[in-house]
Amino acid sequence: MGYVEIVGLRKSFSIRGHPLEVLKNVDLRVEKGEIYGIIGFSGAGKSTLARCINRLEEADEGEIVIGGVDIRSLDKQALLRERRNIGMIFQQFNLFEAKTVYENIAYPLRISKTLRKGIHTRVLEAAKVVGLSDKLAEFPGGLSGGQKQRVGIARALINRPNVLLSDEATSALDPQTTLQILELLKEINAKTGVTILMITHELDVIKYTCSRMAVLENGVIIENGNTNEVFGNSKSKTGEIFFKVYAEFQRGPEFTGGDGI
Amino acid sequence: MSLLDTPLWEVVKGSFAAEVWDKIAPAVFETLYMTAIASLITLVFGLALGILLTVTNPDGLLPLKMFYNLSGWLINILRSLPQMVMIILMIPVARVLFGKSYGTNPCMVAIAACCIPMYARIVESSILEISKGKIEAAKSMGSTNTQIIVRVLLPETLPSLIRGFTVAIIAVLSMTALAGMFGAGGVGDIAVRFGYQRFQHDVLFAAVYVLIALVQIIQFCGNFASKRIIKKRNLI
Ligand SMILES: Nc1ncnc2c1ncn2[C@@H]1O[C@H](COP(=O)(O)OP(=O)(O)OP(=O)(O)O)[C@@H](O)[C@H]1O
Ligand SMILES: [Mg+2]
Repeated sequence: MGYVEIVGLRKSFSIRGHPLEVLKNVDLRVEKGEIYGIIGFSGAGKSTLARCINRLEEADEGEIVIGGVDIRSLDKQALLRERRNIGMIFQQFNLFEAKTVYENIAYPLRISKTLRKGIHTRVLEAAKVVGLSDKLAEFPGGLSGGQKQRVGIARALINRPNVLLSDEATSALDPQTTLQILELLKEINAKTGVTILMITHELDVIKYTCSRMAVLENGVIIENGNTNEVFGNSKSKTGEIFFKVYAEFQRGPEFTGGDGI
Repeated sequence: MSLLDTPLWEVVKGSFAAEVWDKIAPAVFETLYMTAIASLITLVFGLALGILLTVTNPDGLLPLKMFYNLSGWLINILRSLPQMVMIILMIPVARVLFGKSYGTNPCMVAIAACCIPMYARIVESSILEISKGKIEAAKSMGSTNTQIIVRVLLPETLPSLIRGFTVAIIAVLSMTALAGMFGAGGVGDIAVRFGYQRFQHDVLFAAVYVLIALVQIIQFCGNFASKRIIKKRNLI
């Protein structure tokens, strides 16, 4: 049994009376402490999958078990407690603009009765890990994208969750910043053993961080396994298209003559 | 002094005379008192109602379709009544609350009945503007609905709530002037009694200066406060 175990997950939305099946029987098994990649095109259902895991969206059918806890059967109070065990970071960072970096990071502790003690030391510690010790008094409005995501990461990890859901966490960042953020996530993963679900549409992100991955297409996992194996096998339609697009980009410089503009 | 027999310029000059301002001064305090109390009532109940509306919205934190539709309907009805009509309609309510239907306190009931629904709508539209992502983030960290309202929705929308409140205070102020006709006192009452009924246009002018100055000051304070917060948060 994996640490994150999803079996037969289904979710459909009703759009103007018509049902739209977004997740069709998704199975997923993620081991404790690994960084697991989920790749898929826009609209494949990646965000919906992530949101079903911490029940920002209620799935229609299926089972979600994290560390032995059956997420879908939790009552309201238990769900709130369990969510503190599942961190989440976002493409648009979703920081609180009314709060300083310090208060953003401290937020998960402030809302929890049991965690109020020792907030200060823990915030300083988390800020140090993400390299923002000198920005604590600033407001997120004045930070760069990379710095904002660092705040998001510190905020998601301050509760020491066992799982981190990363939904396109680097998609709004430039390649260099993306690399730094991925490096940071890898470092945190190695140090704390947090299980990371890396959702993305960028092959490079998966290649750089994940040992295992799954390809989601139209709500179905069409392939999964070791990243290297999946990369070697481009039988699937998504695989094929992804690699084609990827290869085109790699060849980019030839088209422009190589010397740039 | 009346415009009927005195040139405009003389009336304007006359409106700065000390005896005119002796009449106006107590009325200014009455107006300030009414505006302050009615604004406070509007703030408290308008904010509460606005939050309830957003929270019970079908897409909100705690969807309650019945409540949402019912209160939306009630607000629309209250907002469609002309202020003058509202004052008359509130006479029985004021009689129940204060035992009389005439004077400052009863008029404040009518002012509140007019301005609370307006401010509630402003609050609603302010809160609806907040990005869904922030609410999702707060939820993902295990926030309760109350925590989301108090720690996220209100602080995040504060500049916009302040600007909306400025609009509400000015609406309250303009309505105190109208309520003056129903025994509420204040600058509006002075303007009507002296300016309209007794043709003392110098007094009317002075009353107008006061109202203009008050609106300017309120607007300035609102803009200043909201801009300061936005600047502090590095959002411009
Ligand atoms: N709340 C919702 N109501 C209706 N339809 C929705 C809702 N959320 C998602 N969908 C639909 O579900 C499909 C999958 O959306 P989802 O956001 O999961 O895709 P995604 O793989 O994350 O795409 P992207 O890479 O663009 O983020 C889309 O067609 C979207 O329109
Ligand atoms: Mg998405």
